[in-house]
Amino acid sequence: MLPSPHSSSSSSEEKLATMEPQSPSTLPVFHIENVSCFYGRHKALEGVYMDIYEGKVTAIIGPSGCGKSTFLKILNRIGEMESNVRVDGKVQLLGKNIFARDINLNLLRRQVGMIFQHPNPFAMSIYDNVAYGIRTFHRLSRPALDEAVESALRSAALWDEVKDSLHQSGLALSGGQQQRLCIARALAVKPKVLLMDEPCSALDPIATLKIEELIQGLKQQLTIVIVTHNMQQAARVSEYTAFFSTDERRIGQLVEFDLTQKIFTEAEQPSTRDYVAGRFG
Amino acid sequence: MGFAVAPSTESSSLLTSSSTDDSLENAGKLPFLRTLLGDGGFKSLTFVAALIAGAVPFFVVALISRDAWPAIAKFGLPFLWEQDWNIDESIYGALPYLFGSLVSAFIALVLALPIGVAIAIVTSERVLPPWVQIPIAFLVELIAAIPSVIIGLWGVFVFTPAINPFQEFLYARFGWLPIFNTQPFGSSMLVAGIILAIMILPTIAAISREAFLAISADLRNGAFALGATQWETIIFVTMPAAISGILGGATLGLGRALGETMAVTMVIGNVAGIDFSLLSPGSTIPSILANQFSEALDPLHIGALMYLALVLFLITLGVNSLAIFMIRFLSRNA
Amino acid sequence: MRDAFAPLAPSKKLFNWSMGTLGFFLSVVALIPLVAIFWSIVSKGLPHLSLDTLTQLPAPAGLTDVPNGFANAIIGTVAMVAIAAMISLPLGILTAIYLSEFGKQSAFASWVRFMVTILSAAPSIVIGVFAYAVIVLPFQSFSAIAGGFALSILMLPLVALATEESLKSVPNSQRMASAALGAGYARTTLRIVIARALPGIITSGLLAIARASGETAPLIFTALFSQGWLESFFGPSASLSVLIYNYASSPFSEQNDLAWAAALMLLIIVLITNLLSRWVASKR
Ligand SMILES: Nc1ncnc2c1ncn2[C@@H]1O[C@H](COP(=O)(O)OP(=O)(O)O)[C@@H](O)[C@H]1O
Ligand SMILES: [Mg+2]
Repeated sequence: MLPSPHSSSSSSEEKLATMEPQSPSTLPVFHIENVSCFYGRHKALEGVYMDIYEGKVTAIIGPSGCGKSTFLKILNRIGEMESNVRVDGKVQLLGKNIFARDINLNLLRRQVGMIFQHPNPFAMSIYDNVAYGIRTFHRLSRPALDEAVESALRSAALWDEVKDSLHQSGLALSGGQQQRLCIARALAVKPKVLLMDEPCSALDPIATLKIEELIQGLKQQLTIVIVTHNMQQAARVSEYTAFFSTDERRIGQLVEFDLTQKIFTEAEQPSTRDYVAGRFG
Repeated sequence: MGFAVAPSTESSSLLTSSSTDDSLENAGKLPFLRTLLGDGGFKSLTFVAALIAGAVPFFVVALISRDAWPAIAKFGLPFLWEQDWNIDESIYGALPYLFGSLVSAFIALVLALPIGVAIAIVTSERVLPPWVQIPIAFLVELIAAIPSVIIGLWGVFVFTPAINPFQEFLYARFGWLPIFNTQPFGSSMLVAGIILAIMILPTIAAISREAFLAISADLRNGAFALGATQWETIIFVTMPAAISGILGGATLGLGRALGETMAVTMVIGNVAGIDFSLLSPGSTIPSILANQFSEALDPLHIGALMYLALVLFLITLGVNSLAIFMIRFLSRNA
Repeated sequence: MRDAFAPLAPSKKLFNWSMGTLGFFLSVVALIPLVAIFWSIVSKGLPHLSLDTLTQLPAPAGLTDVPNGFANAIIGTVAMVAIAAMISLPLGILTAIYLSEFGKQSAFASWVRFMVTILSAAPSIVIGVFAYAVIVLPFQSFSAIAGGFALSILMLPLVALATEESLKSVPNSQRMASAALGAGYARTTLRIVIARALPGIITSGLLAIARASGETAPLIFTALFSQGWLESFFGPSASLSVLIYNYASSPFSEQNDLAWAAALMLLIIVLITNLLSRWVASKR
């Protein structure tokens, strides 16, 4: 993958200036520079610049079809599994180009976990679901594995509910529990970043609340990028917010990226202000 | 750039295979096989398997051609229309067997097609309640599971004696027709054709049924809305829409019939010769292969049999490719 | 506009009724042979099925008061089907994995799929001729190996095509979930996709085994037949299906009887395997 030349057009320079967050307190985990993405010949995303900061929650909002999922799936390079997708530009994880030839995709995805829109536990026991990722990389003794599974389930606030039924199928859980099981499963391999693609859109309000609380707690341990169509949710859980939208060519763009508080109160771009205020068009 | 960029630590091997940064470090080693095989190895293994599987038809053609070569070299293409097959004189011609194969398969198709389509309609359209439809579909499928040698056994001892009075009747009443002008003795082309019809029925029924089921409800409801009765709808609306699937199923059935061996060999009489009477015994390419292969010693005899097998394979290849084409592509465009 | 509640014209009604009757009648006609075959096999086979038939060797032709059976044919069929399964199941499943997980719609995968489909429709006698060319001629001997090889070529496309279908039915979200945890293709396929598709894979394997157990044409000039026990895989072997074929045309009525008993035995094996596969398929 060739990083595209840095010769940005003047218009994107302008945009950049408006997108600078106010006080980057820490170094970025992800550094994204001029990223465009194509499905076959269709360009889905164009010219995205963004930094994702360690230990923070970054929310991605925007109308549907603007490339939020596409963007997220670039970060752990999982889009490549689904379809014929091509990415131009530069994405660095902790300074390392994720498109470099010597990248081990399995290790990348282990560092950058992902939670999907629809809970997708494996058709195996709760225990095995959580142990799956650990077993992918290590052969632990049984007590060590038990401990790792328990700790992951605790981090996902699921332990108390399932500790007596660890060997029942993960598919027998409720939707919200399944999603937390998926979170536990992802946490078990100790990722540095967790990508969440509308993790609550298939859940009821109570289950949603639980996941939101969970996200707040997880910030201590890792960096989270969450796509959401729910603006209150973005406002509640995130420190930074990125607003994506499509331009007149139906190509997804990053319109504005800033502290969440700023996006929701004094966004620079009129379209961002319209969107967060619920005014479309 | 407006962003603070982390110092590029290219030396950090966090993401590359040599990674040692690991909170779960010093855990046990991974299973040996997984480390050995890895992803690349696994992918290559499946690729090689696919390559082998895909190449089998080529090997079939190549190796059979190799062993057929003495006969191909000696008789060339006229093999296909020469009538004599004489092992003692080393003269071989395929025509009687080609003729027998084509005639028996054609009889089978003529008999099985209407019945197969009727079953397809009865088991897919709403003409019968589901509790009748499902058992019928299941039982017809079951016919396909019966080994052909068992159908042959039944054909020899039960069916042939039972059908012979009917053959006698055809000879007595319609003997003036060239197709019924020989005295029947049990085994015959007609018997073989009927047995084949039984055997290809499940194929035709199943594929036509799928074609009917694939037709959207809108089409039918549209016809109903115009006041057509159920069978008018079936005959004038659904059947034309399903025609490519029906023809595809018929063609696939034809391919089956051409290649079917055991049951045919057991009831056709195994007499080489070209007789247009369906009541006379005959012989097909598979039946002569079944009869002579295990005793063939002379390379030219083996070669001639191999040549026959090659011809049979190429014919069925053509017929089946046509069937696949009809089922896959025509029905997709419909 | 036609009145929706007006009764149908009598001619229309008659047409509808007679077509319905014809369709039903033809379907029943189709089932007559099935019933007749089952009835014949059971009524003619059952009286001759005994402990002897299952444990003894075939008696020499013409002798009537010696134990007569087809134990060697049962062993031969099981052995050759086992050889065939050992070749075709791994090869077929790996091929299916390639097609469904890696090749997908690529030109190479489409080519393999087409070739395998062609193979699945190839006459079984041609497969026998192929095995004759590959094994019998070079080694100058009929053998159980040659028979097993022929059956494996017959089973290969059945296993590959049906397994590909069951692998494709596994939701992609499962693969994504596994990959997102850092599992590679090998682990994702073996631990997630195959595990999920297992009932379908077992079903396709059983169906292929049922089909191979009943095949005769690929065996008559590869494994040939043998009156004795299976002593070596490199020598000729008896099989139930070839026994039925040989004894059906025998002039001795004891041998005809044995053919019916063997047919019943074979039918039981094939149908049980078949029904078992349906049962596995229904267990999800
Ligand atoms: N697998 C794919 N193949 C082709 N086009 C796709 C694929 N996934 C998404 N797209 C297209 O890319 C655009 C962005 O999609 P997506 O990232 O899913 O949007 P969002 O998540 O913001 O709703 C849409 O126009 C969509 O049609
Ligand atoms: Mg999305």
